[in-house]
Amino acid sequence: MSNRPVLEPRKALGALALLAFALVLPLSVSDPSRLNFFVLILMGAQMGVAWNIVGGYAGQVSLGHAVFYGIGAYTSTMLALSLGLSPWIGMLAGGLVAVVFALAMGWPCFRLKGHYFAMATIAVAEIVQILVTNSDFLEGAVGLSLPLDRSGWGAMVFLSKLPYYYIILGLLVVTILAAWAIERSHIGYYFRAIKDEPEAARALGVNLTRYKLIALSVSAFLTAVGGSFYAQKEMFIDPGSVFATSISIKIALVAILGGVGTLMGPVLGAVILITIEEYSRTLFGSTGSGTDMIIYALMIILVAVFSPAGVLGLLQDLRRHLPGSGKTSETR
Amino acid sequence: MNAPPLLAVDGLGKAFDGLVANRDISFIIHHAEIVGLIGPNGAGKTTLFNCLAGFHTPTTGRISFEGQDITGTTPEAAAALGIARTFQIVRIFHSMTALENVMVGAMLRSKRVADARYRAEQELAFVGLSHRADNQASDLTVSEQKRLEVARALATEPKLILLDEVMAGLNQTEVREASQLVHRIHQRGIASIIVEHVMEGIMPIAHRMLVLDYGAKIADGTPAEIAENPAVIAAYLGE
Repeated sequence: MSNRPVLEPRKALGALALLAFALVLPLSVSDPSRLNFFVLILMGAQMGVAWNIVGGYAGQVSLGHAVFYGIGAYTSTMLALSLGLSPWIGMLAGGLVAVVFALAMGWPCFRLKGHYFAMATIAVAEIVQILVTNSDFLEGAVGLSLPLDRSGWGAMVFLSKLPYYYIILGLLVVTILAAWAIERSHIGYYFRAIKDEPEAARALGVNLTRYKLIALSVSAFLTAVGGSFYAQKEMFIDPGSVFATSISIKIALVAILGGVGTLMGPVLGAVILITIEEYSRTLFGSTGSGTDMIIYALMIILVAVFSPAGVLGLLQDLRRHLPGSGKTSETR
Repeated sequence: MNAPPLLAVDGLGKAFDGLVANRDISFIIHHAEIVGLIGPNGAGKTTLFNCLAGFHTPTTGRISFEGQDITGTTPEAAAALGIARTFQIVRIFHSMTALENVMVGAMLRSKRVADARYRAEQELAFVGLSHRADNQASDLTVSEQKRLEVARALATEPKLILLDEVMAGLNQTEVREASQLVHRIHQRGIASIIVEHVMEGIMPIAHRMLVLDYGAKIADGTPAEIAENPAVIAAYLGE
């Protein structure tokens, strides 16, 4: 363990196998709703991995990430509607607007610690949602529709779900790579130090505000990119669909459920959460009846009581105990 | 003798909402000096540490480090200048391994992870924790965690290290090891100020002792002088 290679071969192989599986998975699916279900999982995973950078690694729990999601969705859509800009550029622009917003909101909010920071992020997200809902410029509660006349890769509009699947898979891979790069650099070490013992981190020369702002900015950028993708996939956005509190909770929950501060935890969390959501939807009928919030609440309680380290933490605990039981049989 | 002393504290005072924790404290610390800082509980030792390391802004007075005024600086700036510290109650990064803890310290001087790892391995060896490198820091004993904090502080390549009760709760063998560790830090040319209640740990190695009582400095001299100082005896035994 002391001389770690650049990439552990077993992990690299596992990642490649997982990617190969994700690449061929939609080819075996002809049912569009099934394919849509996979797209939803990848979207959830992408959001969760992005949230995890600030909420997991750096330990600054944000319950207002919908604000970045919404900024991404609205920026790319407004640029497409007013300037006819390609959503690929709109996506990057949305990410940059989210970064500027993250820096502006992080500056005062990071003066607050722990639960108070989380509460401040809720407040910011609520305020923005209300502002957008009352903005004539952004069409308020009516929402924005993307024109259907253009389609293809330049406009990121497709009749089939398949291209959306591959685009969000690509975005997820990019997001995971970003998290991975951070995890391995000094920034990742500083994030974990800030999460564990902020005062000790300062004594070692870590500028808390600077690194918290880096965490929030990167996370905001990637979350906004996910928001732009949502707008392209649905072709319609309104404040309730991209700025809602339930989205903030869902983003955080995906990571918390899977395992905070782990690279692949949020992916696992998304698979579990979205699957439960889909089955409950068919079970309880239409969406928007509040069942999703009940499920989120239930998941939060279960994770808090049984496995604060998430499902991934639970699996690692199990793996640690299995060889232990093997040893006892040897000594016998 | 034209070079300024490593650390010069002049008329330092610190009050919290009227409660005076430090009053009119002045002293200097030379390069590579070992200075013991003692005094009864509540004498203001930790407050003084917090002022020196940038965690508190002094109410009055000046602190200068190598001739540069650092009064009211931030902890991260103090660390960058070369003032490192440990904490009275250990504050290790519990989710990291011992090696990773020290790497965070080393990253102050090199952001390259491989460099930081190499440096951290050296400091772990220096405090005798190499065999624990890949253990979770929270699995270490309290005595090991205290040494881990020292290694982490040393990894920032300080000129002055503030050690807050690193010998508390250690057995006699461990106290002797800790004393030797402080001496080896001195041999590396690093000055140390050591808050300590364990007199048999600090008295044999300190070049000089500072004594605080009720927030003020009541004595400053060699360990032998301090041991016979009537004011010190009175502070410890009561009048």
